[in-house]
Amino acid sequence: MDLALDQATKWLELFGDEIEKNKAYLSDLDTPIGDADHGFNMARGMEAVETSLAQKAPADLAGLFKQTAMALITKVGGASGPLYGTAFLEMSKQAAQTSELNSLLAAALAGIKKRGGAAAGDKTMVDVWEAVLPELAQGTLTDAKIDEAVEATKPLIAKKGRASYLGERSKGHIDPGAMSSGYLFKALLKAVA
Amino acid sequence: MKKIINDPSQVVAEMVDGLVRSYPDIVELIPETEAVVRADSDTMEGKVGLISGGGSGHEPAHAGFVGKGMLSAAVCGQVFTSPTPDQIYEAIKAADHGKGVFMVVKNYSGDVMNFDMAKDLAEMDDIRVKSIVVDDDIAVENSLYTQGRRGVAGTILMHKILGAAADQGASLDEIAALAQAVLPHIKTIGVALNAATVPEVGKPGFELKEDEIEYGVGIHSEPGYRTEKIKPSNELCQELLGKLDSELHLSEDKSYAVLVNGMGATPLMEQYIFSHDLLNQLEEKGIKPDFMRVGNYMTSIDMAGLSLTILELADEAWLDYLRYPVKTIAWNN
Repeated sequence: MDLALDQATKWLELFGDEIEKNKAYLSDLDTPIGDADHGFNMARGMEAVETSLAQKAPADLAGLFKQTAMALITKVGGASGPLYGTAFLEMSKQAAQTSELNSLLAAALAGIKKRGGAAAGDKTMVDVWEAVLPELAQGTLTDAKIDEAVEATKPLIAKKGRASYLGERSKGHIDPGAMSSGYLFKALLKAVA
Repeated sequence: MKKIINDPSQVVAEMVDGLVRSYPDIVELIPETEAVVRADSDTMEGKVGLISGGGSGHEPAHAGFVGKGMLSAAVCGQVFTSPTPDQIYEAIKAADHGKGVFMVVKNYSGDVMNFDMAKDLAEMDDIRVKSIVVDDDIAVENSLYTQGRRGVAGTILMHKILGAAADQGASLDEIAALAQAVLPHIKTIGVALNAATVPEVGKPGFELKEDEIEYGVGIHSEPGYRTEKIKPSNELCQELLGKLDSELHLSEDKSYAVLVNGMGATPLMEQYIFSHDLLNQLEEKGIKPDFMRVGNYMTSIDMAGLSLTILELADEAWLDYLRYPVKTIAWNN
């Protein structure tokens, strides 16, 4: 399916709401295996996205995603800033050629993997993206399946990011980046419904 | 915590402001950033821009090495925190004079990711960007903020060599090849007497007993490889030089550059005493360095200790680059 500008705008709004609502929970998830700031950083970033879009309404999808990327990389910091920033920047580049949703998301995932060097099973946001994208393409993605993908990071041992320093001790915790990516896809489902 | 600061959250902004206003003939602020660019950027026409940066707290690195013959611009992140891609991107734009920009990045996950992202942004604007990730610290393989070895004081020698080449008109591809050639020959190892105190944290990054030292501590107080009782300078030198020897296989038939680097709170007097021991021990191996610098080049706020960098000058041209005239705040030939 093609993603329309108003759907994409709605997607970002819903994602921002979801992050704002859950920022303390996301930072709590980040406490045992990271540096306890993922929720607050993402909330600051999505607030900057909202401000940027309110100041200047983008003309097309490419513009919308570029503004989103710039706001995120300026305000989020850490690893999440460049990772989410890359996802939206790659979607912006891809949107110059196509507005087909699966193709946009595939470009985003390729960018995330290149930037962070993570593969499926490393206990990162990549695990959720890898699980969700094929389901979305087949039209079978549901909130429950997103939850399942997020939950599946819990037993994994982190291989990338700060959590990887903990080795075995990273087991038993949901990856905060996987959780925030879960919110991203739930917002998407709602926006395109 | 006892520091000459105002608001801990403003240390970087106030430091950068103080630096550029103290040396207006050498550097200026890139508007709305915490990045600095050469004040003589009008003389850079037709030359490749060279930029670096990273978290603050390592002064004079990197802003102190901006100037003719060395860096074109440097980005100052928050204390021990990578600068964001938008700031790095502004530095790339300021350093670009049509021939592209080369980035020297220290090997920390945050720095690598943020500089890479800035490169993508620049490429969307048709600015050619290449980079090297310096990983000269031989102490440990993986660390708190790093996959692989950390980038430390050897980075300054990389700045100097590449800066001289860029000033003499080397192309972006030539600079990239030079950086790749130099990198495997730079090795560094350090010793800490106590940890750094980040202003916003207010207490040291780790605790050592009054009579203890730790070998191989990183420049953000990352763990090293061994803690033991303090020893005379001569014996500390033996340990550090021994580690470097096992990597570089020091030989009287080769040529070397040496950097003895203070971590921030170690007096020059002690750095010169260490240098005395170092030169004696090298002499016993039949080695006399062709180039040497002693002082605070890549610090860790107020950490006491020092690092020893040895660069094997595998190519004679590298020595010329090290001796090439330069005008910066912290390095002048």
